[in-house]
Amino acid sequence: MNFFAEALQWLVDPANYVGLNAIPLRLAQHLGFTVVTLVIASAIAIPLGFLIGHTGRGRSVAVASAGAFRAIPTLGLLTLVALSIGIGLNAPYIALTVLAVPPILAGAYTGFEAIDRRTIDAARAVGMSEVQIVRQVEVPLGLPLLIGGLRSAALQVVATATLAAYVADFGLGRYLFAGLKTRDYAEMLGGSILVILMALALEGLFALTQRFVVPRGVLAGRPTDIRTRSSRPRPVMESAIEEGQKNVHSK
Amino acid sequence: MTWIWANLDLIWDRTLDHVVLSVPAIVLSFIIALPIGWLAHRYRASRGVILTVVGLLYAIPSLPLFIILPIIVGTSTRSPLNLVIALTLYGVALMVRVVADGLASVDLDVRQSASAVGFSTWTEFWQVELPLSGPVLLAGLRVVAVSTVSLATVGAVIGVQSLGSLFTDGFQRGIQAEIIAGIVATVVLALVFDALLVYAGRLLMPWTRSRAATTVTDNAAGSVSTAATPASENRSREIAR
Repeated sequence: MNFFAEALQWLVDPANYVGLNAIPLRLAQHLGFTVVTLVIASAIAIPLGFLIGHTGRGRSVAVASAGAFRAIPTLGLLTLVALSIGIGLNAPYIALTVLAVPPILAGAYTGFEAIDRRTIDAARAVGMSEVQIVRQVEVPLGLPLLIGGLRSAALQVVATATLAAYVADFGLGRYLFAGLKTRDYAEMLGGSILVILMALALEGLFALTQRFVVPRGVLAGRPTDIRTRSSRPRPVMESAIEEGQKNVHSK
Repeated sequence: MTWIWANLDLIWDRTLDHVVLSVPAIVLSFIIALPIGWLAHRYRASRGVILTVVGLLYAIPSLPLFIILPIIVGTSTRSPLNLVIALTLYGVALMVRVVADGLASVDLDVRQSASAVGFSTWTEFWQVELPLSGPVLLAGLRVVAVSTVSLATVGAVIGVQSLGSLFTDGFQRGIQAEIIAGIVATVVLALVFDALLVYAGRLLMPWTRSRAATTVTDNAAGSVSTAATPASENRSREIAR
């Protein structure tokens, strides 16, 4: 507990609020970096995800690549890019954009996929053009899952941006690495607390946004509580033929 | 390339270090997540609390956790035990939700039939609910395995040896081949674990084999579409760190 008291002291020490190593400056760097990376990654992933979600083409490629990306160690990618293009901020920007794209892409197309096909058919039947369907039906209904994708991307970027201090003099991660080198536990711990608080704050913010973007009357994106279903969930009005084709439909 | 041939021993040693770090974390997180996930599934009040806590736990960035954890549990920062505990925490955070979802995926009719023919809660869990939620659990465990292997590399920056040491060493000495070798070895190790889990799943759940044949091609790279809903698929993508 002693260490935590020291860390708190470090957090309120006025000496840490001036100069190039000031806490507010490091916080702003970290947050700014996260926002910029998310914007770049979104600009790439959202249109692509909407295209995949709307047309249904390229889905298996997207699923497979998202899985493969998960296996790639962030630290490895970061050091590799840093070594190729030099120390500085460009390497983390490239590496983290690459890492942020798959979750956002997945959020964008699963959001579209989660929509009841009948809703889209109905939109088409009343004469909406494809562009109108995307804009007025699919995007609003898929928004909660898209925000969910942004949320996991944001978490990942905040976490990995800490590692980015390994290859650039930047962000909250600097405190961790400086503290590790000099065995300054107060600095190391204080920095860790700041990063964790930032991650939790972002998580909370996204969780709230995710709730607010659900169109009124629609519960897509919120986890349905299976326990609230009645004990006889199977509808009886479907004909035997339809029952037999159920699997074909859900594919 | 010459670096790789000259240092195959080193790569092999780091791979073994990596296995020693990640296997206990994967196994422990499955064992620990089972009762917690059951609790989250069983009572509505505990569900909200547990899933929120687990979600926040997962939101904690890895490097700060690696630093704070030894101070809380009293291990040394550079001890592999510290890393195993941290990786287990992340695995549990992911797996609890999967267990809760998996148990919820068991058809209510089946559960009612089980209690109607006289299964107790205990035997029903082991003989009915657990086997039937197996495919979902397997999908979740595959995600945990791949992300644990990938996350273990971060330990290298605090001085715990793993395949991640190839990144830090390669970066400091400017050897590109070393970093690439590290990335490839990490991905290969993740794929080996994934394949082993799929194989174990076929042995333990022979009744899923006919269905598995179609889902496996879909999921070759370790995704979790078997977890049924797009929402849960998206959620389990949160692993990607």
